Amino acid sequence: MAPPTGDTSERRRVPTAVLLGLLVIALAAATCLGVAFGTVNVPLPATVSVLAAHLLPGEAWGGFTAVQDQFVWEFRLPRVLLAAAVGAGLALVGTLMQAVVRNPLADPYVLGVSSGAGLGAVFVFVFIPAAAGGLPRYAAAFGGALLALAAVLALSRDDGRFTPQRVVLAGVTLSYLFTAVTTFLIFRSDDPRAANSILFFLLGTLQDAQWANVGVPAAIVVVGLVVGLYYARPLNAMVVGDETATALGYNTNRARAALMVVSALVTGVLVAVAGGVGFVGLVVPHAVRFLVGSNHRRVLPVAALASAVYLVLVDLVCRLVLRPEELPLGVVTALLGAPYFLVLLRRNRRARALR
Amino acid sequence: MKLELNGVSVNLGGATIADDASLRVETGEMVALVGPNGSGKSTLLRTIYRVLRPTTGTVLLDGDDAWHLPAAEVARRCAVVIQEGEAEFDFTVDEVVLMGRAPYKRAFDRDDATDFALVDQALEQVALRSLRYRSIATLSGGEKQRVLVARALAQQAPVLLLDEPTNHLDLRATLSLLDLIRELGLSTLCVLHDLNLAAAYCDRMYVLSAGRIVADGAPHDVLTEQLLREVFQVDACHVRHPRTGCLQLMFTPLPATPQLADSPASPR
Repeated sequence: MAPPTGDTSERRRVPTAVLLGLLVIALAAATCLGVAFGTVNVPLPATVSVLAAHLLPGEAWGGFTAVQDQFVWEFRLPRVLLAAAVGAGLALVGTLMQAVVRNPLADPYVLGVSSGAGLGAVFVFVFIPAAAGGLPRYAAAFGGALLALAAVLALSRDDGRFTPQRVVLAGVTLSYLFTAVTTFLIFRSDDPRAANSILFFLLGTLQDAQWANVGVPAAIVVVGLVVGLYYARPLNAMVVGDETATALGYNTNRARAALMVVSALVTGVLVAVAGGVGFVGLVVPHAVRFLVGSNHRRVLPVAALASAVYLVLVDLVCRLVLRPEELPLGVVTALLGAPYFLVLLRRNRRARALR
Repeated sequence: MKLELNGVSVNLGGATIADDASLRVETGEMVALVGPNGSGKSTLLRTIYRVLRPTTGTVLLDGDDAWHLPAAEVARRCAVVIQEGEAEFDFTVDEVVLMGRAPYKRAFDRDDATDFALVDQALEQVALRSLRYRSIATLSGGEKQRVLVARALAQQAPVLLLDEPTNHLDLRATLSLLDLIRELGLSTLCVLHDLNLAAAYCDRMYVLSAGRIVADGAPHDVLTEQLLREVFQVDACHVRHPRTGCLQLMFTPLPATPQLADSPASPR
């Protein structure tokens, strides 16, 4: 037989390891920018010193004031880390959903899963105020997300068969419904910050980030990524088709159920802590597939990391543009994401026309 | 490896799609499954690769019940070539062929040298090595089908199932695909629409009508004018191919009867 076989040297693709390495560096850089700038800017050398002083205690790090230390470590770092977790989680869930429902337009926002999670969180906030924060809030948002996802999948059936074309229609419709109910509940509750609460669930923000609410979302996103990678091979096969995946020995029902639960869990926790952020789960996976192909063993980690960087920068922009006011995350993700997505659509159509 | 279906029936939503169907494919034999649309050919095939569980009856792969074996073991014994519409996400040729290694892989396993060597070998066999890094979406229909055959080869399964593999292919691609499948020498069960192709390429054939197997045997014994009239509702006459001596059928419509003339006639 012909000489050495498995080489991929002819492939015009950046090796995944290199890409992941570059993204880690980019994330570190974005984190430094994210903690340095804001209503009050901290010079970058001082920022790095603060981070170093906390990460490597014992050394004599200087060159920063106590106020700068507080800004960087207490106020901004949790926010930046949460931004990274939210970004990674949104891209993760978007990638999983697009594969599971075989529709490239799927993402938690479009499919109404984010608004379902929002409804869950608000429901608890209004009717069981004692359980309005912390874990019960996560649980309620998870429950809402799971119910929304189940409803969308059920409504996407036609004659008992799942139809990928219907899933976006069903999702968008339910999304409006859930948002309407959420809005109604908030107004009904005499919440003095009603308008703010509604904006939170519609457009998302990291304003409330603090060290206490970074851990759970970050952990859940990591769990989601591991589960996603566990199912990466069946996901690839399921993108080709369920019967193909079954014929290759995969239990598609089990994979789909597990991935849907994980998607709802990640979405629920992210919405509880950062509200509903659109266009990230939609756009980032597409951009990443453009770079690394469709194999989920590559797409999932690259998309998560790239999206973490992206959202850290988006959050920074949100804080800087109208300083000292803040923009909701969803405003910037839509302003950046929508045009990019339109370009993708055009390119895709041209590619198809050439076939 | 031998494939055997014993008295397989499938009921779906009250309708009997397959009715007490029994068939067997001996080691290395190429067998066709033919029948009019809706006669249950694909349904029968699906009971083998575990998409549809038979309501009654058994599917035996090498003597073991496919529905009692682990799913991965079934996939190691039996590979499938089916078209499932356009995937929205684009894989390259070698990525699709590599999926054939699925039944040998645990969740976090990496693809190793053996896998890549088998992919390479499979692509060589279907004459697609030069296209290995091309995106699937850019291939012709015939090339796409060859990729799926290569995936089945990478799966190293002795039994091969195909569901109308020549659909939408032009003549040259059709013949070269069936030549290729024939040359592989696997135990092959192939659903085919075109009776002349089935006769030319297959050792034996089974004819399905309304879920029941109504005839089986060598093509020239099975495809009698009477059977073609009753099952396929066409008038046929037999000729011999002047060069190959192969059985060729030529069809004309049955004289129109009032019931058949303008019928979306569903028997229900």
